[in-house]
Amino acid sequence: MAAGNGVLLSVRELRKAFGGLVAVRDVSFDVPEGRIFGLIGPNGSGKTTVLNLITAELSPDSGSVLFDGNEMVGRQSFEVCRARIARTFQLVRVLPYMTTRENVMLGRMFGSSPTAPAQAARDADALLERVGMAGRADLVAAQLTYIDQKRIELARALATHPKLLLLDEWLAGLNPSELRIGIDLIRQICRGGVTIVMIEHVMEAIRALCDRVVVMNAGEKIAEGAPGAVLSDPEVMHAYLGADDAAA
Amino acid sequence: MVLFEVFINGIILGGMYGLIALGLNLQYGVARILNLSYGEFFVSGAFTAFFTIMLWQYNPLLSLFVSLPIAFAVNWLIYQYLMIPLIRRAPDQDALDADVVLVTFGLFFVFQGLALVYWSGDLRGYTFLSTPVNFLGATIATNRLLAFLGACVIAGLLFLVLRHTRLGAALRAITIDPVAAGLVGIDVRRYSALAFAAGGALAAASGMLVSTFISFSATTGVAYTLKALIVVIMAGVGRVTGTLAAGILLGVVEALGGYLIDPALTIAINFGLFMLILLLRPTGLFTRA
Amino acid sequence: MLEALRNARFAAALTAIASVLLALVPFFSSGYIMSVFILLYANIALATAWSFFSGATRYISLATAAFFGIGIYVLAVAHVYVTVPLALAAAAVIGFLVALVVGLSTLRLRGVYFVVFTFGLTELVHQVLNWWEVKINHTVSRFIFTDVSNIAIYETLLFAALITIVGSWYVNQIRLGYALRAIGEDETVARHAGINTTRVKVICFALSASVMALVGAVLALRYPYVDASIAFNNTWSFQVLIAALLGGTGRAWGPAIGAIPLVLLSEFLAGTFPHHFSIALGLCFVVIVYFLPGGLTRLVLRLYHSWRLPQVKKAEAL
Repeated sequence: MAAGNGVLLSVRELRKAFGGLVAVRDVSFDVPEGRIFGLIGPNGSGKTTVLNLITAELSPDSGSVLFDGNEMVGRQSFEVCRARIARTFQLVRVLPYMTTRENVMLGRMFGSSPTAPAQAARDADALLERVGMAGRADLVAAQLTYIDQKRIELARALATHPKLLLLDEWLAGLNPSELRIGIDLIRQICRGGVTIVMIEHVMEAIRALCDRVVVMNAGEKIAEGAPGAVLSDPEVMHAYLGADDAAA
Repeated sequence: MVLFEVFINGIILGGMYGLIALGLNLQYGVARILNLSYGEFFVSGAFTAFFTIMLWQYNPLLSLFVSLPIAFAVNWLIYQYLMIPLIRRAPDQDALDADVVLVTFGLFFVFQGLALVYWSGDLRGYTFLSTPVNFLGATIATNRLLAFLGACVIAGLLFLVLRHTRLGAALRAITIDPVAAGLVGIDVRRYSALAFAAGGALAAASGMLVSTFISFSATTGVAYTLKALIVVIMAGVGRVTGTLAAGILLGVVEALGGYLIDPALTIAINFGLFMLILLLRPTGLFTRA
Repeated sequence: MLEALRNARFAAALTAIASVLLALVPFFSSGYIMSVFILLYANIALATAWSFFSGATRYISLATAAFFGIGIYVLAVAHVYVTVPLALAAAAVIGFLVALVVGLSTLRLRGVYFVVFTFGLTELVHQVLNWWEVKINHTVSRFIFTDVSNIAIYETLLFAALITIVGSWYVNQIRLGYALRAIGEDETVARHAGINTTRVKVICFALSASVMALVGAVLALRYPYVDASIAFNNTWSFQVLIAALLGGTGRAWGPAIGAIPLVLLSEFLAGTFPHHFSIALGLCFVVIVYFLPGGLTRLVLRLYHSWRLPQVKKAEAL
């Protein structure tokens, strides 16, 4: 039941200020269903704040977020999750004293299609296999490496059965082979029917995965379009201060 | 006219509450320690004043020479040896708050227990400068005016230190962001210990001033800890002028409520105001966010 | 042996046998032994109820004494007008409602507000009830006239302690238990996983409070009279806290284990040196927080794991 023209998420004139600092200034963009959408920009440009506004971690000063035709502003985080929007966090957040399996089960038990613990455990195991954590379901999350924690955070997000998945720099800190595996995984997830919005600094991933990209700088949207076009836009390069990433 | 007198008394009381809260503000705002045993140092200041006048017949103000250094030292030790280990092992502020609350709750029991053992639970009071004075048409006891004056002086000094000295700048930096403060070369541990100790000394000073006109016992510490907590939460952590204003608000509401409803319901009135703030502006009355 | 304990059926059988044995104790022992056990069961029920909410969610409630006292008071007032069972039910309900109000005011916000509120709640209720008694009823104390036998009180509290532990264990197996623990470990994650954290917190807090009120009401049947000062004593909040932390909040049976040494200690000390007792408690407590952060259960489980699985631990070391 999309908004008609294949647009799943519609962000309109979103605005958020903290005291005197305007973190997000009248940002608008549409995310088409079934695609991977990129959100890039230098550090501090407000990208994570936009994500926080969508998932109701923060409430906007003005603007609206339409998901599947429904207004999300004014709802609480758990309602946004049950409406089938999931996310990962920039600094990974796992439940440290629960096992890997239990971390993923959480998404299953309370997400959009609540399940009893026994079934949730089985589903969690399947998801863990998908993200490459098979056989490690009983380890306590605090003992995992950072990358493994990212994987179970992704599995937990997937466990909530999302239609829209928001990834906040999920590919950061990966070596080249891990990066390739990660990119493949994200592509697979999208092919499985999940629309993805990814905040990223890894331009290789943006070029490989995204059909469309929005660039933010200092809280404002400064460019939108296909990755190739956007990344060669002089204003975008200027925003990144001529970073080698953009030229590469 | 009586109402006006009640109002003035409320302001005076509120000034005291503001002063008490300033100490807690130093402990929670700078050192980030929610000290549930805070009120016990208030009581220690009160008892020291009591013994000074009742046992040795000296002016109770002189007791400050004893109670202030002791409160300062004890609080400093608490911070150094009890709080720092907790700060080291806590992953975030919420986890630290949980640990700190448990430990200071334990300290509250230890201190109150000691007070009950050595000073018994009897209600104490003494007369000092109780001659009434005419102030703007209302009749107020001298000791209340003196206490209020004392509170203003101390608060004023604190304000000056915070605004116009390097020490003050360091304390304010730590209040805003301890990590950033550390990065610019401020010795956060040392200044936090200082602030925590100073907070305890402020508690003792308030106790001394209030003891001149309100009776107290070994068990009244809790009520003052609560008032300090409520004022700090109302004002928003870390603001001196805001804390005084919030304290005066609490004092006035309490005095008026006591007069209009019943003076035996002070805690209920405090909590009523507290709940109102929680419902309307939990981040504090004077914060901008 | 611990492996066997993990087997729920074995644990259930053990619990059933222990319960039957304990239930028979009053018929073979003195009134003094019974009263110690009664105190033990009360502390177990209170500590388990406390841990059910505060142990899991890490929202530290210091208000155990408030709800306990409310239970005592409701019984003292209600038993004059209705039967004892109804009075007990009233105590549980009123405890629930008061906690609901406290929870709805503070649990939407950060943990600090909740702690501060619960810290003052005992004093608040104490003062209000004192005022109400003096102003409205012109009395300070209330007499409790019932013919409930000590054995009935013993069995009721044993049952309460068991139900609280079993109930706690059961909740840990279902989704609610996971929700509570998730809130305690990372509330942001819990919210984003679809948990209505405010609703879970408020309801569980209210449930634990109603158990505390019920325990207070049952214990009140043993007092000839009560007044607000007897009913509302912060020491209960503190003892329960120690029992739960000493025993460990990670398992349903943790607080019960912590309650045992605490009650024995209090029996020896509290009678003769009441104030020294709270000083000793306070110091013990500070020690527990520093040296036994997970309580005895963490210690026991850690010893068990390090004995049982040394190879796996090495492999996991990074």
